[in-house]
Amino acid sequence: MSYSPLFLSLKIASIATIIVFVVGIALARGISRKVFPGKSIVESIILLPLVLPPTVVGFGLLYLLGVNGPIGQWLLDWFEYKLVFTWVAAVIAATVVSFPLMYQSASAAFQNYDRNVENAALTMGASRIKVFFTISFPLAWPGLLAGLVLTFARALGEFGATLMVAGNIPGATSTIPLAIYSAVEAGRMEQAYTWVIIIIALGFSSVLWLNWWTKRNVISPNQNS
Amino acid sequence: MLTVDIKKTLKTFTLELSFTMTNEVVVLFGPSGSGKTTTLQCLSGLTQPDQGLIDLNGRVLFSNRQKPVPVQKRGIGYVFQDYALFPHMTVKKNILYGAKNADEAMNIVDTLGIQHLLEVYPNNISGGEKQRVALARAFATEPSLLLLDEPFSSLDEQVKQECHRELLRLHQKWQIPVILVTHDYEEAEKLADRMIHINKGRSR
Repeated sequence: MSYSPLFLSLKIASIATIIVFVVGIALARGISRKVFPGKSIVESIILLPLVLPPTVVGFGLLYLLGVNGPIGQWLLDWFEYKLVFTWVAAVIAATVVSFPLMYQSASAAFQNYDRNVENAALTMGASRIKVFFTISFPLAWPGLLAGLVLTFARALGEFGATLMVAGNIPGATSTIPLAIYSAVEAGRMEQAYTWVIIIIALGFSSVLWLNWWTKRNVISPNQNS
Repeated sequence: MLTVDIKKTLKTFTLELSFTMTNEVVVLFGPSGSGKTTTLQCLSGLTQPDQGLIDLNGRVLFSNRQKPVPVQKRGIGYVFQDYALFPHMTVKKNILYGAKNADEAMNIVDTLGIQHLLEVYPNNISGGEKQRVALARAFATEPSLLLLDEPFSSLDEQVKQECHRELLRLHQKWQIPVILVTHDYEEAEKLADRMIHINKGRSR
């Protein structure tokens, strides 16, 4: 039995998590506290992948990224690059599907502390970037970390959208959840058991670690005040 | 010397305020929701008036003809009602965050008698202590104007009296204009060189 699904899963989930973490924080910070017309529509679109079946997300991505789709055709014409059925497509699927989890965690995290703490730093002469990295980010960190772990776990378990847009190609796009599916399909139950145990262990340990870390490190900003 | 002449439309009334002050303590006195905090926010640059003029020692911070000076460049100290101390930093780091000069900051710490708190986190100190830390943090930036938004409202009587004394002492030493917002008449009378009564956005 090849271990490639494990490494492939870790690679795809890690890259997706990094993208989701950075973009999710930027977007949450930019949108969550602003008031503008159409805000609830924008937020609903961001959260849509959470409520849609992953196959629908995959269908949408296939439409956009497929060789006849607007983005897929453009990539093919200009870079002679076929995106669908590559591991990159699997990263995109995992990114889109796990994005709402990060966005929600980050939005909540940035609203969880006294806004005047940032204002105070501004009046003390700190630039907005300095305020973000020395005040906002550290104060939001517990929530951001929770979002990070959830995103990673979700990206690791992504199945439906990945199957639609990246297929199930051993060594290229066959991640653990897809490997489990093909193993069961082919009646290789031993192999399925192994992957099931591995993915339960990964998911369980990340959530366990998060709970442990939160209990140990998080002091509520509102404590005693 | 501070010259203020501002107008800002708020939800239920229009804030219209104009006054001039020297290095004195001016108390903005009025009921809650009368535009006191908004005035402080306009002065600090956290929000902008719709029109008018703010001139601090000959430097125009806001006028109709130019882009407002951003909050970071105004050099105005602001003590918030709930102090807004950075909960993830020790008292020392709080005070040094915007300090112009670390030695001078430590002098202020001595003046306020909070040396023993330097390594403690804000969540573990009392209201009066937080108040002193917030004052020290604001003075450490060596501001040319100090704004205090109901800084004593959550303190009990005895601590409040002490903090009043300390504020007056620091003011004597630093000689900068101080604007203090309160709805406590006794406090206003005691601290003010001059009082501005404000109601529904207008002084009288």
